Amino acid sequence: MSKTKGWKEIPIGGTIVEPGSSVEFDVTAWRTFRPVFDKRKCTKCGMCWIFCPEGAIKINDDGTYDVDLSFCKGCGICQRACAVKAITMVKEG
Amino acid sequence: MKRVGLSGNYAVAYAAKMADVDVIAAYPITPQTTIVEKLSEFVANGELEAEYINVESEHSALSACVGASLTGARVFTATSSQGLAYMHEVLFMASGLRTPIVMANVNRALSAPLNIWNDHSDAMAERDAGWIQLWTTSAQEAFDATLEAFKIAEEVLLPVMVNLDGFILSHTYEPVILPDESLVKEFVPSKPMVNRVSPKFAYSIGVVGPPEIYYEMKYQVVDAIENSRKKIKEVNKEFCSRFGREYRFVDAYMMEDAEYALVTMGALTGTARAVANGLRKEGERVGVVSIRCFRPFPKEDIVSILEDAKGVGVMDRALTPGGPSNPLFAEIATALYDITRRPLLQSFVAGLGGRDVTADDFKAMFGLVKDVVKEGRPRPCVYVGLRE
Repeated sequence: MSKTKGWKEIPIGGTIVEPGSSVEFDVTAWRTFRPVFDKRKCTKCGMCWIFCPEGAIKINDDGTYDVDLSFCKGCGICQRACAVKAITMVKEG
Repeated sequence: MKRVGLSGNYAVAYAAKMADVDVIAAYPITPQTTIVEKLSEFVANGELEAEYINVESEHSALSACVGASLTGARVFTATSSQGLAYMHEVLFMASGLRTPIVMANVNRALSAPLNIWNDHSDAMAERDAGWIQLWTTSAQEAFDATLEAFKIAEEVLLPVMVNLDGFILSHTYEPVILPDESLVKEFVPSKPMVNRVSPKFAYSIGVVGPPEIYYEMKYQVVDAIENSRKKIKEVNKEFCSRFGREYRFVDAYMMEDAEYALVTMGALTGTARAVANGLRKEGERVGVVSIRCFRPFPKEDIVSILEDAKGVGVMDRALTPGGPSNPLFAEIATALYDITRRPLLQSFVAGLGGRDVTADDFKAMFGLVKDVVKEGRPRPCVYVGLRE
């Protein structure tokens, strides 16, 4: 489901005809707070990755973590999960 | 082909059987019960091979129908009044998910007070549900409309409600011509519909439609029901060529030169026509306009039939308490608003909760339409037969 599909393009009855299509759905506007990762504090433990209920955490090449902002809904669970406080929630806008 | 005596309800049951439905999910309610009772007989005695799902409520009945329809099955149910009201939220799901369910709605009043008799409150309360609504005036029409409904529904992927008046039609025995089953099968062949819950086709259905999607999905229903006009016309034409009975969106009776007309829906149309015949003999140029297809609403037909009349009475058999008018009147007035020279419209309410509407009542309605034309303006809604 791309952001701009019109009524003629959406499968009738809202049927999801492709797997994993929710990945394409941009939820940027849902967030009030966005997680900001401090690479210097990150111990690469992966707790943020484990706890994120939406799979919005991605792993950098160097093993540290970051967030996919097109998919993050801003719930703040990663910040709570981070033992070394490498993640801060910053207000959007 | 054979000519048999059938109640309106049995006529509908025979149509569903001849259409070879795959799934029936229903809950009994007066005055609809004998439709699904007859169908359960057909299934029990092996005349109809169908899955008959006994459910605990109408909400479940229609929910089961939606699920079954998504698998590609031909699905039928029937209800009345409180049952239809109980289906309310699922009605919108059936149209939104584009399930071609056919449902007979045997029109009955809504509580309170509890009343099992006939009026149009039930269907009128569901007119915005995105269902095609066909209305019938005889047992034969109920049979024919039910057959047509399967074809229309499956072509446009929208649910169709076939309305017949409780008791007046549902329990009255009339001669009905039943066509040979082979001819019916040619008209509504059992064509395999897409199984929309198969993993081969879909990963998910019935999902959330957030603000970015909801609007577009709802517009798909608007587009589908608008486009159904063409399909309904084609189906009427094919039905006529196969079975010899011709149906239109609106039945105009003696309207060619009519000065005064009454707009009706359902079985009381017959009484209105009989009264119009009598008035014609007295030299009155009157006609009767009966709406067969209420959704999609036949705006263009209404305009072409009514634009030359001087006065038109609209007989509602449902109420919109506190509204600017009752439902059918509002539709007719809206249809005529855009034309420059329009007839004077007089609103009537009659026959609520099964109250008889007699020939004299119709005569009085025609008379009042003529009077208000003379007076130059309509009167507030007239509640026919209401005691003060």
